[in-house]
Amino acid sequence: MGYAITFYTLAALILGFAILVVTTKDTVHSVLYLVLDFLFVAALYALLSAPFLAVIQILVYAGGIVVLYLFVVMLVNLKRPPEAHRDPARRTKLGFGLAVAVLAELGAIALFGSNIPAPAGIVPAAPLPVSGNTEEVGWLLYTSYLIPFEIASMLLLVAMIGAILLAKRDL
Amino acid sequence: MVDTFVIPLVKIIIVLNATLVGVTYMVLLERKVIAWAQSRLGPMRVGPYGILQPVADAVKLMIKEDITPVRADRWVFTAAPIIAMVPALIVYAVIPFGPEVNLFGRQVTLYITDINVGLLYIVSVASIGVYGLILAGYASNSKYPLLASLRASAQLISYEVAVTLTLVSVILVAGSLSMVSIVRAQESAGVWFAFVQPVAFVIFFIGGLAETNRAPFDLPEAEQELTGGFHTEYSGMRFALFFLAEYANMIVVSSVATTLFLGGWLRPFPNVAALSFLGIIPSWGWFLIKSFVFLYVFIWVRATLPRYRYDQLMRLGWKVLIPLAILNLLVTGLVKVLMA
Amino acid sequence: MIITPTHYMLLSAALFIIGVIGVLVRRNIIIIFMSIELILNAVNINLVAYSNQLQNAIGQVFAVFVIAVAAAEAAVGLGIILAFYRNKETINIDEMNVMRW
Repeated sequence: MGYAITFYTLAALILGFAILVVTTKDTVHSVLYLVLDFLFVAALYALLSAPFLAVIQILVYAGGIVVLYLFVVMLVNLKRPPEAHRDPARRTKLGFGLAVAVLAELGAIALFGSNIPAPAGIVPAAPLPVSGNTEEVGWLLYTSYLIPFEIASMLLLVAMIGAILLAKRDL
Repeated sequence: MVDTFVIPLVKIIIVLNATLVGVTYMVLLERKVIAWAQSRLGPMRVGPYGILQPVADAVKLMIKEDITPVRADRWVFTAAPIIAMVPALIVYAVIPFGPEVNLFGRQVTLYITDINVGLLYIVSVASIGVYGLILAGYASNSKYPLLASLRASAQLISYEVAVTLTLVSVILVAGSLSMVSIVRAQESAGVWFAFVQPVAFVIFFIGGLAETNRAPFDLPEAEQELTGGFHTEYSGMRFALFFLAEYANMIVVSSVATTLFLGGWLRPFPNVAALSFLGIIPSWGWFLIKSFVFLYVFIWVRATLPRYRYDQLMRLGWKVLIPLAILNLLVTGLVKVLMA
Repeated sequence: MIITPTHYMLLSAALFIIGVIGVLVRRNIIIIFMSIELILNAVNINLVAYSNQLQNAIGQVFAVFVIAVAAAEAAVGLGIILAFYRNKETINIDEMNVMRW
């Protein structure tokens, strides 16, 4: 009962703030709504018994990525907002309509697809020698999924070098 | 019913009140200590030896006129001090002041909660505190605060990296992310982590000074440099909130350093039975003493050292502290693997 | 009312579509990038919900990788925006239509 109330409240807040992100004219307010959205998604992860991922979401997404967006928004402080005039070549209503159609299709798949029985090939996960959420994620990252872990670290290194080079004034 | 709602509520009320009173008296403590370092007496008029000075300050700030700059973003302008203050207060949910004690016939733990990602929670909440600074400068709609806030937030996020790396080495030694487990690991090892990880302790101290915008890293809010920094346009109670947020952050950094490096609620040499007469002072008493010593060193450093220039500050953070912290992490990992 | 993973999938689909609408409709390139972050979050919610259902931590491992990739993409993307803004003084995506000027 409490779980359902919490879920519906969080879902309403997440979707509400997401709509505000997409529709606000002022860019800084949009970024602030995005931060709030990420905080509520982190609360949803905590509800889903993933506390490690919840704090990682706050630390990396809300505390790192969105700060970067806020910096760029402030450095690109324009006097004339980009949506000041209408562009006739852009089909806003058609895009909106198509997106709603795709949402209806996804919803139908989710609701009526649960009648399909689960395929027989799913095996339950082997129990890991560690206990606790953080320890399990760490165990998997360092044993079964070590190669993606190393590749992700290389990706972050390359992104760091790329971002510094792109933002420098004089190469 | 009592255990899930009433006891945590009482704990929260006690901790919040103690923090807020402590923060207001930090103002007086700082003025007194800096005065003594400069061979003078500090505030002495209001109350005996100036004890009631914070009350006078609070009344003054509350009755001041609340000015909002023209064409400033109203909501963001009002929200920025709140965003700066709230993370400093909610960190107290995981800081352990003591182990279980027997109060009125029940076992009560002297911490509000103990989640098993406690240390990560503290780091993530501290990274939300940056928004208060950025938004304050932006919402003031004026040049100096905007520049100052960008510099302040760049300083904060740079030193966050070094501090987080030192915390990772502490986690490696303790073997757990939960704050209570870290104190228990120090208890079972019989030695405070400040002696096991001295480099991490020093880096955490310097990073803590920079994270809370304290001298010698207080360029973003120095009056002589940027006409007051990011809180130029704030007056009255909102300015008070910024100030209190800074002191609250200082107390948080002291509490976290006490828990991680100075043994939390343990008395010195917790395993040596000969010193058990030190057990007269209760566990939370030792916690408060150690935090207070740390705070005193913070204020002492402010009274003594000159200010860093901004490029020197960034150079120190990126080119000195981060490589040292990574090296410390490598050596810690190596020693742990070789010893096991 | 029991909350099944189907509920989480509907929430994730709705958030995904809101992100897609943001990418299609808005012209401010920073808002477009933020809508892409919304899409990535929708995917993460789905992964973590099924990880909870099947009691397998691999969903959370995948979500950690998604967060890492999102961070890298945000950094590089914002660097590109800054470089572009320095040259052409616009963040309207309809005006970013020449390969050299």
